[in-house]
Amino acid sequence: MRIKGRAISKGIASGEALVTDERISFLGGVDPKSGVVIDKEHPIFGECVRGKVLVFPGGKGSTVGSYVLYLMKKYGTAPKAMVNVRSDVIVAVGAIIAEIPLVDSLEKDPLKIRIGQTVLVNGTEGYIELS
Amino acid sequence: MYLTKEEERIYDGEAGESLRKAMEILVALGDINEAPHLIPIKSAHVSGASYKTIGDAYEFVESLDARVKVQTTLNPIGMDKERWRELGVSKEFALKQMKVLKAYEKLGVLPECTCTPYLIGYAPERGEHISWAESSAVIYVNSVLGARTNLEGAPSALAAALVGKTPLYGLHLDEERAPSILFDVECELSDAAEYGALGYLVGKIADDNIPFFKLKTMPNADDLKALSAALGATGSVGMFHAVKGEKGITPEALSYEKPSEVVEIEKKDIKEFFDASIPEDAVLAFGCPHCSTQELRELCRLLRSVKSKHEVFVFVARRLAERENAAIKELKRLGVRVVCDTCMVVSPAFERFSCIATNSAKAFRYVPSMCGAKALLVKTSNISRCFEI
Repeated sequence: MRIKGRAISKGIASGEALVTDERISFLGGVDPKSGVVIDKEHPIFGECVRGKVLVFPGGKGSTVGSYVLYLMKKYGTAPKAMVNVRSDVIVAVGAIIAEIPLVDSLEKDPLKIRIGQTVLVNGTEGYIELS
Repeated sequence: MYLTKEEERIYDGEAGESLRKAMEILVALGDINEAPHLIPIKSAHVSGASYKTIGDAYEFVESLDARVKVQTTLNPIGMDKERWRELGVSKEFALKQMKVLKAYEKLGVLPECTCTPYLIGYAPERGEHISWAESSAVIYVNSVLGARTNLEGAPSALAAALVGKTPLYGLHLDEERAPSILFDVECELSDAAEYGALGYLVGKIADDNIPFFKLKTMPNADDLKALSAALGATGSVGMFHAVKGEKGITPEALSYEKPSEVVEIEKKDIKEFFDASIPEDAVLAFGCPHCSTQELRELCRLLRSVKSKHEVFVFVARRLAERENAAIKELKRLGVRVVCDTCMVVSPAFERFSCIATNSAKAFRYVPSMCGAKALLVKTSNISRCFEI
């Protein structure tokens, strides 16, 4: 099933979905060396975002978070692609400099995607595909 | 967002991969914020200069192959360029730091290494559209000088500098600069540190609402610098307005209706910041944001007649230190350690101290997490009490 959205960061990738309904602060919230969520208050605390399609509402916290996404890509711990309800500047800029495909503003609520479901993200044309 | 033919060509990569990426960042910012189009900017100021904060992500800057289109200054780095060894900065850090600096210089960024470019000849004019990072500087130039910039992050300010443009939204627009909470400050404030305490409090309450300060006293430029820095440290707002009585302090204060939501700030709210006494092992640190000419001279005057029992650090832009040679010489003669290009927050040199006393509410906010040290807020006018006569 294809769901239309808005292209934020170019590229195409697919993988297993990791879904959370809480915003993520990449600075201090995710360990760039391992890709593990280290914010104890966060619902996906302890989960690893590496190689996943990370589905979340958007970012929060420091703008340095953009550079954390870049470091994660460099260390091989970044998500393969991301889907936001509505992207914020920190995650959008981070996705672009790290070259991680990102789509937001979908016609259907992406937070209803099941954890583990395979999702293809097309950040060039602005849609996702669920299998 | 609408793009001109020329902008579209850059977006499609015809001007190279670096500019394509910079344009992609600007388009994403514009789309997210529903900007109709891009506007030209006069200057940019980029953060992400200290290796301590940017880490190995500086390789992104290093990977870019382009030149900035407008005058672009750089935030403080993690050490004094000339005297890093004396500060106890490791050689490993210094080597990485010099790589970061070179990466920015290669793009044509001016290595002023200061958070107060507006004090050393880079002050924007009223109404000028610019793209600045570093919240203390953004809030100061928006509020006090009437320039127009959003609160940019390091990559977005750099992208704007490379393209010479920024999306038209937020604080670039009249209607987005309107205040929404009035802070009625019922007490007199007499020291930059007190204005900093006010900013610290209000930043927490206001979050992303533009504050309108009703003051009993007339702040000077250094007081407004301290207020801006503290507001940026605890809040996420890019500007403020201020009046004394009915008289405007900031240039746009009288252009908008006063907000109906009122929060009262009392003397005790400010006073409790200054209750702690300063322990024997504390070092004193001044210059967050970097000191102005008046602050350097004031420190000379205050320290002239007393003998220090604490180590004293003063942070200042190198260009201003060169210009104020006499004051700098005197401070050094008085035993003060004058440090350029960096500060207590972004340099690893200050992680070895257990307690840092400062007149900056911004440093007071960041020292515990960035240096692992205890932080105390002191009034500038009271520093002689920290010394034995």
